[in-house]
Amino acid sequence: MTSPSAVFGGLVGQDEAIKTLERAVRAADAIVRGDNGTAMTHAWLFTGPPGAGRSATARAFAAALQCEQRGCGVCQACHTTLTGTHADVRFVVPDGLSIGVGEMRALVLRAASAPAQGRWQVLLVEDADRLTEAAGNALLKAVEEPPPRTVFLLCAPSAHPDDVSVTIRSRCRIVPLTQPSAEAIAAMLGAREGIDERTALWAAAAAQGHVGRARLLACDEPSRTRRAAVLAVPRGLTGVGACFDAASALIATADAEAAVLATDTDAKERAALEMALGAGGTGRGAAGAVRGAAGQLKDLERRQKLRATRVKRDSLDRALVDLAGFYRDALARALGATPDPIHVDLAEQSAQAGQHWGPESTLRRLEAVLSCRTAIDRNVKPRIAVEAMMLTLWRG
Amino acid sequence: MAVPASPLTLVLGDEELLASRAVTEVLDAARSLDPDVEVRERAGAELLPGELAELLSPSLFGGPKVLVVRGGQDVRKDAAAALLASVPDLDAQASLVVTHLGGNKGRALAEGLRKAGARVMPAAKITRPRERVEFVRNEFRRLGDRPTEEVAEALLAAVGTDLRELVAACSQLVADTGGGVDAATVARYYRGRAEGSGFAVADAVMVGDVGGALEALRWALQTGVDPVPIADALADGVRSVARVAAAGRGSAHQLASGLGLPPWKIERAQRQARGWTATGLVDAMRAAEWCNGAVKGGAEDRGYALEKTVFAVAAARASGGE
Repeated sequence: MTSPSAVFGGLVGQDEAIKTLERAVRAADAIVRGDNGTAMTHAWLFTGPPGAGRSATARAFAAALQCEQRGCGVCQACHTTLTGTHADVRFVVPDGLSIGVGEMRALVLRAASAPAQGRWQVLLVEDADRLTEAAGNALLKAVEEPPPRTVFLLCAPSAHPDDVSVTIRSRCRIVPLTQPSAEAIAAMLGAREGIDERTALWAAAAAQGHVGRARLLACDEPSRTRRAAVLAVPRGLTGVGACFDAASALIATADAEAAVLATDTDAKERAALEMALGAGGTGRGAAGAVRGAAGQLKDLERRQKLRATRVKRDSLDRALVDLAGFYRDALARALGATPDPIHVDLAEQSAQAGQHWGPESTLRRLEAVLSCRTAIDRNVKPRIAVEAMMLTLWRG
Repeated sequence: MAVPASPLTLVLGDEELLASRAVTEVLDAARSLDPDVEVRERAGAELLPGELAELLSPSLFGGPKVLVVRGGQDVRKDAAAALLASVPDLDAQASLVVTHLGGNKGRALAEGLRKAGARVMPAAKITRPRERVEFVRNEFRRLGDRPTEEVAEALLAAVGTDLRELVAACSQLVADTGGGVDAATVARYYRGRAEGSGFAVADAVMVGDVGGALEALRWALQTGVDPVPIADALADGVRSVARVAAAGRGSAHQLASGLGLPPWKIERAQRQARGWTATGLVDAMRAAEWCNGAVKGGAEDRGYALEKTVFAVAAARASGGE
């Protein structure tokens, strides 16, 4: 046994999974050298709650597979894989709400080719739960009969049939990631970001096991402000009018987040694409080239729109998860239980609220938040879903 | 008509019927002055600068001329310049009518003619319900009948908003009955509704009129309105009433800026808010939310989901959410 590979050092609280992956990396190394390695598999499914580091783990594993030293974290192969530019590693990161079959077919075709650098051809699908049914079937064809040096890495919240179809799941080795403990996240924040212990513990608890969210809460002021605004909602619901105002504010925040992204990224992307297609050029044929590019620009706009929808939904979802945390704390106190609160800084308020409402009413409120998430997922207009939720939160 | 024809007329607007009526009116006026008036027509896009002088100059035997340019927005730049340059030469013997859609395209010509002192005849699309009612009543008056407002509204509900169809319906009714058209006549000639909308459903259900709401819903579904906008309209109805009721008393204009709603919508919501309790509105909004999910694939039968929601909202109003 050697010391853990450096690429896995960035993961928080996933010791079991890392052990499995390191055995696989050693076996993969043996295969590349021409020996037998039985611990390696051609398809992997990383499952775990959001923020546990599914895609980070998959990326690290991909880097370790490409690395001559089994994941040193500094060589060119590790570096390029981690930054997403390695020639033999394809990343599928959906911008929109789903991954379509056309995209998947193209990727599967590429994955069938031999690795250009002699080690492994890796196809990494983040959010495999967003594969459409047809896209899943296209992927299944490849996973069923994989080329010798191709590895499929899929990430999904769980191995439940709702997330990943049973046919794909049965051909994958499942690597379950656990929700990292608040202490582990806090320790990571202290060690890597230099956050003081109190803030780190607060952020880790408030993020409910989501490493990236904890980092944002600890380091990013706007994120903290947004969270504070969301958590002020339960106190602010004094009447029907206030409910609608709170709903409008929540929707407006989500829209603003999408708008920021739009101004930052969309224009730049468009300019880059126009440049690539020959806009601004002079001389014979330059105007014709730009005219022919209209279709591609339209396609870019369509993708940007899909991404904006996704950003809005994600922003709303974060707010709803924070709210659910508050009502969960309140419910725990209403039932007389004393688990560690999610929102440490609002523990007193949630306790008071829980005692005031009583368990049944608090549970109804918690249910309202959760059913709002489901409703938005089912394509109910977010504004209507959030308004109905706010009204239920007010009445109890 | 003995009105002396103004030598330059601009018909501005995108309602085809009104535009062609305006042109006819000008031509009739010209003919009433001189039955032998010579009328030349050109499509705007085909107008050439060189032929203008020929089109507008008096003929060998004298007699007035009218040039009608249809589609002034499509007139090419050089032809537009020539057209504007010919304006000072116009007189009772040579007059010009230009129709223009009123959009941004070819705006320079429209502005130029207006500045040159053209008589502007508006022919814009009628969008407001009040103006449509007025249009129908005027149409009846042209035919020598004097109907009430209800008659006009009934005809609008039955025939729809297409002006040509409305005009045809008016002349048919007057021709068949010989005048004195009333609501009963309209009902005898036209059963059914041409257009349904989700807002009609929402308006009815928010005042507790279940029968009216169901009828409006059936009409809307029957005439091909998608269930999704109907569901949105239901949610919008509940939302407006809830927000206006929560805002308390006050004039619509005072509340308008605070609520971000137009005054007419606030006034309507204020009327509808009578009979609602806060908890009833909570139930109604939840029903609307359920409906929104149901029409987007959550329910087997979207029409049934809408009906169920109409009943649920009405029940929420009746019970006050208890």
